Amino acid sequence: MEITININGTDHTADVEPRWLLVDHIRTGAGLTGTHIGCDTTSCGVCTVLVDGTPVKSCTMLAVQADGREVTTVEGLKSADGLHPIQQAFSDEHGLQCGFCTPAMMLVGAALIDENPAPSDDEVRWAISGNLCRCTGYMNIVKAIQAAAAAAASSNGDG
Amino acid sequence: MLPARFDYVAASSVEEAIAAKAEGGDEARILAGGQSLLPMMKLRFATPSKLVDINRIDGLDAIRSHNGHWHVGALVRHADIAASGAVSGAVASAAPWIADPLVRNLGTMCGSVAHCDPEGDWNSVLLATGAEVVAQGPSGRRTIAIGDFVQDFFTNSLAEDEMVVALHIPVPSGRSGGSYQKLERKVGDYATVGVAAHLELAADGTISAAGVAMTSVAPINRKATDAEALLVGNAPSVELFAEAGEAAAAAADPRDDVRGSARWKRRVVAAFTRRALTAAAEQAQA
Repeated sequence: MEITININGTDHTADVEPRWLLVDHIRTGAGLTGTHIGCDTTSCGVCTVLVDGTPVKSCTMLAVQADGREVTTVEGLKSADGLHPIQQAFSDEHGLQCGFCTPAMMLVGAALIDENPAPSDDEVRWAISGNLCRCTGYMNIVKAIQAAAAAAASSNGDG
Repeated sequence: MLPARFDYVAASSVEEAIAAKAEGGDEARILAGGQSLLPMMKLRFATPSKLVDINRIDGLDAIRSHNGHWHVGALVRHADIAASGAVSGAVASAAPWIADPLVRNLGTMCGSVAHCDPEGDWNSVLLATGAEVVAQGPSGRRTIAIGDFVQDFFTNSLAEDEMVVALHIPVPSGRSGGSYQKLERKVGDYATVGVAAHLELAADGTISAAGVAMTSVAPINRKATDAEALLVGNAPSVELFAEAGEAAAAAADPRDDVRGSARWKRRVVAAFTRRALTAAAEQAQA
């Protein structure tokens, strides 16, 4: 089946089998390996991407289901102006240890901040509750997401 | 992991979906949120020969209030229900506890109901509230009481040429309340135990209608009918709810597993029934 998915602002057209998963399409088809595969059983959330802005597990969606949709992966966070506030905050707050869950955590964090510009501790923990960090570095992940929210709010205020 | 090969049809109308499903016979499956079906297919527990994707059908993604019922369309996601200010009672109470936030963004209430996993939360809520499933086939629509729809472990009463198009859930009215209590080891795990409760109070404060149903403690979601019978006609009290909790525990048929012993799970059923009824009564009396 021929499908076209807009990934990080660029249309990718490919001929795929219906059983091909979105995560495989992103990693192997589009060559964007920032989206990771962890459990591959809908449990860990490291394959999270945004489909039309909503965080979903790309191991539990068929590539054909994303035909005509906009997908954002971690590679799409950075803009011409530099790092996304969430990326800068994960760096500043040491929001990662091994880094395996980080792309997913940053995407969930970015989607949360879009909806809720000043999330509380509990709201952040609730939002990332579908994403595992096996380094158990949750404290700094929560801090980083809140720092990114504060940074985004102050830059919006300046603008 | 890739699922086994299958034919894929993206239907653009319910009629087209039903026809495509009928053509595929009992090896065809409807793909809505896919959050249970796709994992089962990847593990090859399910190997449908055909998937009929309904995600591109217009008009199935709304929650509407009509004739005293919420009509929940086949593409209403768990997250839509959790975010909706329109629902209340046991439905609103359960919505944030379905799976995890990422699964809630794709998984649908109708799909979860049709899946009939005894560890699924929604069927307990629907049993407690007396909901109906709307099925559509080539000759039109029919409504099926949830108790008749849920037949067995992963088995519903749909015909091969039917699909679930909506759920009709009674809107709690008058002095009523509902709650869902769920014990899970971690977010996203199946319920160790879940209990849904719905209560309606008469003008004199006694219970005029009661629904209690349990998750993960029987081969299918099970109504605690003895507990319901105890409640109706009596005034809410700590003693009454404790007695109903014991009746629900007696009706449960849990198994020893990695989540706990059967004996302990029965105690959790008793406690959670009491808590769910207490929360429901507080809402009803407010």
